[in-house]
Amino acid sequence: MGRARTIARRTFLIGSAAIAGGVAFGVWRYKTPYANPLEPGLAEGEAALTPYVKIDAQGVTLITPRADKGQGAYQVQAALIAEELDVDIAEIKADPGPPSAAYWNGALSEEIAEFSVPAGGAMRQVAETGVSAMSKFIGLQITGGSTTVPDAWDKLRAAGASARETLKQAAAEEWGLAASELKTENGRVIAPDGRERAYTELAPRVAGMEPVQDVALRPPEAWRYIGKPMQRLDIARKSTGTMTYGIDVEVEGMVHAAVLLNPAQGGVLRSYDSSEAEAMRGVTGVVPVTGGVAVIADNTWRAFQGADAIEAEWGAAQMPETMEGHWQILSESFTAEAQDSQPRDDGDVEAALSGGDPVEAEYRAPYLAHAPLEPINAIVRINEDGTVDVWTGTQIPRFVQNNVGAIAGIDASDVRVHAQMIGGSFGHRLEDEVVKHAAEIAVQMKGTPVKLTYKREMDMTHDFPRQIAMARARGTVRDGHVESYDLGIAMPSVTVSQMGRQGLSVPGPDSQIVAGAWEQPFAIPNHRVTGYRAEGLAPISSWRSVGASSNGFFYNAGLDELIEAAGADPMEERLRLVSDPLARAVLEAVAEMSGWEGAKMGEGKGRGVALTRSFGVYCAEVIEVSDTEDGIMIDKVHVAAEVGRVVDPVNFENQVAGGVVFGLGHAMNCEITYEGGAAQQENFYSYEGMRLRQCPQIMVRGLENGDAVRGIGEPPVPPAAPALAGAIFAATGQRLRQMPFNKFVDFA
Amino acid sequence: MQITVDGTEHELDVESGMPLLWVLRDELGIKGVKYGCGVAACGACTVHIDGEAVRSCQVAAGDVWGPVTTIEGLGSPEALHAVQAAWIEHQVAQCGYCQSGQIMQAAALLAETPAPTDEDIDFAMDGNLCRCGTYPRIRAAVKTAAKTLQEG
Ligand code: FES
Ligand code: FES
Repeated sequence: MGRARTIARRTFLIGSAAIAGGVAFGVWRYKTPYANPLEPGLAEGEAALTPYVKIDAQGVTLITPRADKGQGAYQVQAALIAEELDVDIAEIKADPGPPSAAYWNGALSEEIAEFSVPAGGAMRQVAETGVSAMSKFIGLQITGGSTTVPDAWDKLRAAGASARETLKQAAAEEWGLAASELKTENGRVIAPDGRERAYTELAPRVAGMEPVQDVALRPPEAWRYIGKPMQRLDIARKSTGTMTYGIDVEVEGMVHAAVLLNPAQGGVLRSYDSSEAEAMRGVTGVVPVTGGVAVIADNTWRAFQGADAIEAEWGAAQMPETMEGHWQILSESFTAEAQDSQPRDDGDVEAALSGGDPVEAEYRAPYLAHAPLEPINAIVRINEDGTVDVWTGTQIPRFVQNNVGAIAGIDASDVRVHAQMIGGSFGHRLEDEVVKHAAEIAVQMKGTPVKLTYKREMDMTHDFPRQIAMARARGTVRDGHVESYDLGIAMPSVTVSQMGRQGLSVPGPDSQIVAGAWEQPFAIPNHRVTGYRAEGLAPISSWRSVGASSNGFFYNAGLDELIEAAGADPMEERLRLVSDPLARAVLEAVAEMSGWEGAKMGEGKGRGVALTRSFGVYCAEVIEVSDTEDGIMIDKVHVAAEVGRVVDPVNFENQVAGGVVFGLGHAMNCEITYEGGAAQQENFYSYEGMRLRQCPQIMVRGLENGDAVRGIGEPPVPPAAPALAGAIFAATGQRLRQMPFNKFVDFA
Repeated sequence: MQITVDGTEHELDVESGMPLLWVLRDELGIKGVKYGCGVAACGACTVHIDGEAVRSCQVAAGDVWGPVTTIEGLGSPEALHAVQAAWIEHQVAQCGYCQSGQIMQAAALLAETPAPTDEDIDFAMDGNLCRCGTYPRIRAAVKTAAKTLQEG
């Protein structure tokens, strides 16, 4: 294959760069404005390498720019490199590397581009390039949107392959042999006569060589790691209490801080009285921060106690006083003026609706907290030399640099972010309030590292939650089939809210308002999806599967009601309407796994089905429930997802099952409600998610029919709620149109 | 005030009301014990006192009535407890933050009920929240550990 074609297909080249005592391999890009973050000495634009593998005397280190918050991102990235590099995966060290714009997330911008111009062809390409350029411009080194695997799939393997061949070339030159005579194994190059050279020994020599390009990637038959069950590198530490999370980090001379924030979200601090707190043992200082007061003490608990002892006067929040007010805003947003987008309009919906007797229903999804188990925390130290060190688990290290830099009055490039292991995120670590608060405290005590830990109550009530949303579905049926389906969805713009906090304005429609609804693979003859933007609600953020987390429920629940009106079977009618063979295979898989023979399963038992396409992944679920004396019991969940390639089956299964539990637990049991701008749920006793007793058996199947390699963190979430609602309807005859469902039915 | 943690005796000068959780984490530097909620609603802080699983966020330092075992004293990467070995075999952890508490809870369950039924497991483990949803593997790992311990 010629070089030009290879480049066109992959759109990148492998480069290498000398580093102290070794060499780094990575993706070479032309005209990139970003300097190689591992070579801070180089001038801007001079180096254009995104490093992935570093080989030096210390061994082989994988630079993993994507944060790991429990989804096994480090492991997947290590496997892709090791597959081509021929190193033992257990021997690879992972290093999140310094935050850098060179690690921009290409796959995330593709996701955005798909929405911008749904039609294919040249226009789409223009849009993609445009969006990619924008994403690159703001240097979105973001972990989110299930983009880790697709973004890494080609780049990491190619980097590994190129590094391997270059190492062989170096050994070949030394031995006077042809590279083709040599083989590699476990981090060594081996000659036919048995002579060996470790990669680490060859590294300095390789640093001066042109990397070997266009190495053919290994075919699936030759894979040693990909697709095979893997032992995750972090599992032993996570099973022995020896994994260090951000909250565990200690820095020499560190003080502990806690904050008391205005209960009304976003409201200001008017005045405070800290006399009681200041008299408490271990409390060494009290300082105001944005929207609250911080207490500094010599241990975490004493700081918490001090914060609880503060009396303060607060300003009001900018949102409706009551939940009725929130719902009313949504209800009044279904207007032409508030219309945000109408990305789907097939057939003639108006004619179909006026020609029949439309079925109509309204659906609601509440605010939801992210509430990962590790409360958010950060350590910030303002150094005497004008630089700043930050230790925190974050999905947005570049924004952290900018924001801390602004607070400290220094350049963002003088902020060093030491990325830490994250105890769960679900989107929570796409925000950096805790880091900003820590920085505000730290600037008032230069030289002292300040560790700020949010008390659980602060974390939960001051989360930027999942969007609240409302949908209105209408449709008609004819001859036992769905004939028309018109779905309107109203919600605030998560993109505007989230990016707004980073000082960015995002013009144009927000794809998340209709995500998980407009792009569904059903050929309903007359089909329309319209998004409406609601203003004046609580500030929100990305929550595992974002817009699709509410819209997957709306879309499938509305479709189910139409199917019922048509007198059809939820599975059969979906199979009849499904328009993409990949989606059909996913539905057929869950039908087969569950032995689907209609929604009713006998007295008090029923099953429901839902399919959602989100983040480019088709994911279908069949859920079986029993109506017992103690309430509804979820017996089984069958899940199938089309992901192109299952990189690690063990982690895949865990991620999918976890996504199902996450989707179900919140649909059943959770909501955040605001009174006077204050979140009413403060801790896990009023915001439980799912507990072990409620957890069903979960059967998982990954399908590999498509070409595109996809991540699986988010797609299992959206279909969970509607499949459960369908099952409960089949078992009890009760339609659930609002989450959480435990407001209307009891769960065992 | 004196407490014994993982076989080591410590002399402490802290408020008698300081929760054991914070004594362990901030005074003794035993970070394997995790803070999740502070109100007995998540189980992340679970340790053993005299072999019994307790929420260390709810036990005041002055009330500790016996020797404390934490996840770090239960076993180590080099010398795993059977429950930890089962957790690794089943690759239970996702973010892993809840797992110290899950493992301590499971170890106490198995010490008392060597062959737990599904109901026993559900009942004993229900207070240990896993936000990542690793419950199916927790169930499987508890069963594997039970088997190992009985055979051992
Ligand atoms: S921290 Fe003790 S139970 Fe949650
Ligand atoms: S593994 Fe993340 S909370 Fe349990």
